[in-house]
Amino acid sequence: MSLRERLAAGEFTVTAELSPPRGASAAPVTARAELLCGWVDAVNITDNQGSHVRLSSWAGALAVRDAGLEPIMQMTCRDRNRIALQSDLLGAASLGLRNVLCMSGDHPKFGDHPGAKPVFDLDSTQLLWTLRTMRDEGTLMSGRELDPPPDIFLGAVENPFAPPEGFRAERAGKKIAAGAQFIQTQYVFDVPLFRRWVAGLGELGLLDRCSVLAGVGVIRSVRALDFMASGRVPGVQIPQDVQRRLRGAGEANVGAEGAKLAAEVIAAVRQIPGVAGVHLLTAGYEKHIPELLGMAGVGRPAGRPATVGKGRGGD
Amino acid sequence: MGSVGHVTRRPLRLWENTKAAYPPAPVPVRPRLSARVSYLLQKVLRPNPVNRRLGALVERWPTARKLFTEAERTSKERLFGCRMCGQCALPVTGYSCPMGCPKELRNGPCGGVGPDGACEVYPEKRCVWVVAYERAASQGAAADLRRLQRPVDHRRWGESSWLNYWQGRDEGLWTGDDLVSPPL
Repeated sequence: MSLRERLAAGEFTVTAELSPPRGASAAPVTARAELLCGWVDAVNITDNQGSHVRLSSWAGALAVRDAGLEPIMQMTCRDRNRIALQSDLLGAASLGLRNVLCMSGDHPKFGDHPGAKPVFDLDSTQLLWTLRTMRDEGTLMSGRELDPPPDIFLGAVENPFAPPEGFRAERAGKKIAAGAQFIQTQYVFDVPLFRRWVAGLGELGLLDRCSVLAGVGVIRSVRALDFMASGRVPGVQIPQDVQRRLRGAGEANVGAEGAKLAAEVIAAVRQIPGVAGVHLLTAGYEKHIPELLGMAGVGRPAGRPATVGKGRGGD
Repeated sequence: MGSVGHVTRRPLRLWENTKAAYPPAPVPVRPRLSARVSYLLQKVLRPNPVNRRLGALVERWPTARKLFTEAERTSKERLFGCRMCGQCALPVTGYSCPMGCPKELRNGPCGGVGPDGACEVYPEKRCVWVVAYERAASQGAAADLRRLQRPVDHRRWGESSWLNYWQGRDEGLWTGDDLVSPPL
């Protein structure tokens, strides 16, 4: 079952994220994707995450598909203008990559090429709008016809925890109006606030139009906690009580407590009406994902095969 | 570059803005006009027979148009940090300019806003969209932020947005606030 079908069927869905390597081989992506086979329904491939140059996301997406998993190609507005974005989308669709996650992207200031020209010709909402138009109207932004139009499934991101709190559900609503069919969120550490945000989407009547996947991460050390809570990771906020709990576990046990916390978050968001699944932001933690899902009571559901047929992942 | 000795000004070009660094990187600017006064001004600036006539008149003479554009640039730059994108979104963004966002986001804040509302790129500045939401909400206009903003036409930088607005050339800039999927 493809990601699109799974979400349409209302099955609890698990996605994860992989960052391509800094190098001219996609083999590391394939290796890590193989660890996820059978445990997640689709894998995001980041687009030069944090403005650090990596192997391109379409190439990473192909490697994920070769490993037997369904890829979600991330596409940011940071490095490409509307001509390049539309062209790359056509290229990706021609390779059979169907799932596209649109985002604005981190500012180049935070990456390894801080002197780069920030493009941001479109914003994430406008990119979704453009891609939906390409698919549904069969035209480019310019109005010129596409033959054939791309068959794509569109995703967006949202951070329910960043100010202005009162606008975050509407902000997601704009992306849904523009074309988003699923939304993956920033790390959920504050479950009550997340629940309010989902309720806000419900009040706007948007939950029927879009599937929500809650972002879940595992804090594995005090150092990781310090870094994530430092404010240097754009958009990540960890409530004080969560920090106290992790620090209280003692230096040696933070990893175990972090995994327990993540499992609790998964179990909690699963109970929220309108939440379609979780998005695991656990790069480098692939080996432990089965254990984490087991702790959360998700496990390997029947009907989710250990390996998907080779080369069929993008369908 | 516009040197001090020249009396006559050439048509405005982006790089002639002597106050801006080159290249003119977008930086969040806090509006210097209160939300209340800004929304009062909106009533005056809204297209009506008077300003439509004025606009048509101004557009008949290139010099008048230049002077008018300069006046718009000067006032809006001082009040709102205007960069003359020529497609003014201020009436529906609480008069907080989205082109001051370092990512020039026209449809709302990115996910990197700090817990205190700080811009992720310039942490000492407040996010233009946090300011926009507060100002629009204070005037009962928060729903304006739901409008979908169409992509910027980069050919129009330096044009007078008021003239475009009055002559109805700006009508497609944004959609309604009903979150129904609109045509691009």
